[in-house]
Amino acid sequence: MLGRNKHQKPPMTARIERPLSPHIQTYRWTLTMALSIVHRATGIALYVGTLLLVWWLVAAASGPAAYAHVQAFSSSIIGRLIVFGYTWALMHHMLSGIRHFVWDLGYGFKANEREALTWGALIGGIALTVLIWIIAYANGGGR
Amino acid sequence: MSFDESHGSPRRPSMRTPLGRVRNLGAAHSGTSDFWRQRITGVAMTLLMIPALVIIMMLLGRNQVYAAQTLSSIPVAVILLLFIFASAWHMKIGMQVVIEDYVHNEKLKLTAIMLNNFFSVAVALASTYAILKLSSGV
Repeated sequence: MLGRNKHQKPPMTARIERPLSPHIQTYRWTLTMALSIVHRATGIALYVGTLLLVWWLVAAASGPAAYAHVQAFSSSIIGRLIVFGYTWALMHHMLSGIRHFVWDLGYGFKANEREALTWGALIGGIALTVLIWIIAYANGGGR
Repeated sequence: MSFDESHGSPRRPSMRTPLGRVRNLGAAHSGTSDFWRQRITGVAMTLLMIPALVIIMMLLGRNQVYAAQTLSSIPVAVILLLFIFASAWHMKIGMQVVIEDYVHNEKLKLTAIMLNNFFSVAVALASTYAILKLSSGV
């Protein structure tokens, strides 16, 4: 047995030409592919953005002076853009994640279904972000 | 990595079949536990999102005294603690997946995973400490 196997083996130096798995550049871009990357990117952004949440809570626990710094930052133009972006990342990642739950449960794999789910996450994420900020400004957040 | 018994020496034969050795473990040697926890924490955050947003809305444009008072109420504190716990765990798992996908150098990968754990625990503990401090009113 051993002897026969040894003779059948190709020499170690010979390079066997095997088909390579095509990488991302090879594929035609699809919506689900692009949004898969967006899901990951928003996840990374939210990871870094938790520092804002920590800063806010620690400042609230530290006292009025520390809290005033957070409020000064969040009402500045840059701060407001960051918090707006954070809101969108959170809403998009949540809806995109719900889409993953649907797939985890075994539904929504047909071409039109997965496209609809993905468009839903994309449009829903933007819509929820705008809605939240309208409520926030109506609620006195613009002060 | 070092738990591999598949090359077991003839002196120490394993009774376990190759399938038994890998079952429920996979490449990460921790099986599907992270996958499952990622889902649990994701569902938890989805359920907690509306209460968490309501709390943040309540505090917009208010001063520290009002914020501290609101954050120290029991329902608010508990909702935020749950949200933070789920977030920290979820992001720890998510970032680990990203690291494992893109960092191929073994030492760099282990360092990055370690830093990811430190960061996630620090985020969770700092937030928890702040909420508990507010709740205890000191």
